[in-house]
Amino acid sequence: MNTAVLDFERDVVELEEKIEALKQLAPVGQDVAAEIVRLEARAAQLLRQTFAELSPWQVVQLSRHPARPYTLDYVELLLTDFVELRGDRLYGDDPAIVGGLGRFEGRPVVLLGHQKGRSTRDNVRRNFGMPRPEGYRKAKRLMELAARFGRPVITFIDTPGAYPGLDAEERGQAEAIARNLELMAQLPVPILSVVIGEGGSGGALALGVADRILMLEHAVYSVISPEGCASILWKDSAAVPRAAEVLRLRAADLLRLEVADEVVAEPLGGAHRAPREMAVTLGAALRRQLGALLALTPAALLEQRYDKYRRIGAWLER
Amino acid sequence: MNWWQRDPNEPAAGADDKKSVPSGVFTQCDGCGEALVDGELQQQHGVCPACGHHHYLAARRRVELLLDPGSFVELGGAIEPLDPLAFEDTKRYQDRLRAARQGSGYSEAVLVGLGRLEGRAVALGVLVFEFIGGSMGSVMGERLARLFEAAAAQGCPAIVCSASGGARMQEGILSLMQMAKTTAVLARMKRRGLPFVSVLCHPTTGGVAASFAMLGDLHLAEPGALIGFAGPRVIEQTIRQTLPEGFQRAEFLLEHGMIDAIVPRRELRATLARLLGLLLDPPVEPAA
Repeated sequence: MNTAVLDFERDVVELEEKIEALKQLAPVGQDVAAEIVRLEARAAQLLRQTFAELSPWQVVQLSRHPARPYTLDYVELLLTDFVELRGDRLYGDDPAIVGGLGRFEGRPVVLLGHQKGRSTRDNVRRNFGMPRPEGYRKAKRLMELAARFGRPVITFIDTPGAYPGLDAEERGQAEAIARNLELMAQLPVPILSVVIGEGGSGGALALGVADRILMLEHAVYSVISPEGCASILWKDSAAVPRAAEVLRLRAADLLRLEVADEVVAEPLGGAHRAPREMAVTLGAALRRQLGALLALTPAALLEQRYDKYRRIGAWLER
Repeated sequence: MNWWQRDPNEPAAGADDKKSVPSGVFTQCDGCGEALVDGELQQQHGVCPACGHHHYLAARRRVELLLDPGSFVELGGAIEPLDPLAFEDTKRYQDRLRAARQGSGYSEAVLVGLGRLEGRAVALGVLVFEFIGGSMGSVMGERLARLFEAAAAQGCPAIVCSASGGARMQEGILSLMQMAKTTAVLARMKRRGLPFVSVLCHPTTGGVAASFAMLGDLHLAEPGALIGFAGPRVIEQTIRQTLPEGFQRAEFLLEHGMIDAIVPRRELRATLARLLGLLLDPPVEPAA
């Protein structure tokens, strides 16, 4: 049962609940069965219609949907033999980032990702997916491990941003992020990054310097949250939907800006409505992208990655 | 017209700002409030002679402070911003850029080039805080990339003096990606055995702090500089409590192991020269 429903999902969900209630009526007469068929068609049409005209702000809400699959859900659906590895060996272990070794279609990989919590309690423990320096330093340690043993790295990005807290600042949040960017620019193994939900600024990028950047269809990736942008530029929280629009943070925008390399289609209604189907589609994309990268020598891989980032930006030279 | 001749009924410019003083004769120190005769602060490179407070030093003045006279050759000055998102908030990004160019007298938020520091060839970048808060967009990314490439080609060290609020949101995701871009080019330069010295000036936060500015072989900071990832206002809103005195200041970072030293501005050039010599000069044979 779906306990979290967004405004624009409500009509569909209510209809589906009605259908479900009708199905519970036993025995089902012919007239009821016909009504069910009629309502199901109506629900499907409503869903298509709603998703055909999503606003950027609605997509942001989808990317944060509390029922959306998180990193560990994809680990469960895509990897075998997964062993979580913890701790930064310096200070602590940050549950807002998970990492470990596992097999993707038989091939050993290092998997890293931001991890949000499903329940309130879990979310407190995982700090709503907002890492502290320890999380980034754990990721760095595991990427170094990947390089030492020639394992590809797959990262799942899903964070509102790096945690803006006193303790995080004390322990060098900026430095921790910067070090990851530096390492990822030079890591001699393939790196694939997938924005599965929210790509929140530097806290996302710290797991996102990669050979290929994939985005799920309703994921977003932005330099600042629409809320932060509205507060700074408009000084008005009513401008949040407008900020979501002007920031061009949707998957299709990033593809057009040549930051994302591929947009992975989501099931109708979003990944949370059919997580297994989502994982199958994502798995196929990962297989294809990883296959292409594994064909390159480490030197060619690094050269290609360097060129990707060296070129990035939009400027004019007189 | 001098301030004492002003019509008393006419509100002074910035009357609601306690710290502001009519310009033309005196400048009030932001640190101690001392009224300083105009020109005095410039002579001291923006350091208050009474309390030592370090005021913002314009990029060209900083180049003069650090490099041998006439040695600076600008790089990438012809690289100019575009408006890839056709961004518009309460103002159009194009208009903000035009206003920033006119108001600051700089073409973008960083000035980079090659020059000599006490005779030694160096690649120097200085961020321009008065240009949209020293924010990093595509132009800053490209100019810094050219700077690090030039350093690698010349085999000389690179120094960047930062002062920035972070990434430039009007360029959206492209500005975020400049963190990765500058870092990638810098990493190549460093791998050639060339040092990078990051000079952290007030303020250095956000995407600039979380990329090249925190990747120095050496980190020097100016006294009192605010340095961090999140700005203090954002942190206060998140944790809903007032931040302790001195939080995120250079002295705090020194205590927490994030910087090598706090260097007063008047000693910055000599300190840089000494450190670069210690890293790069061939060892002197000990006397027999």
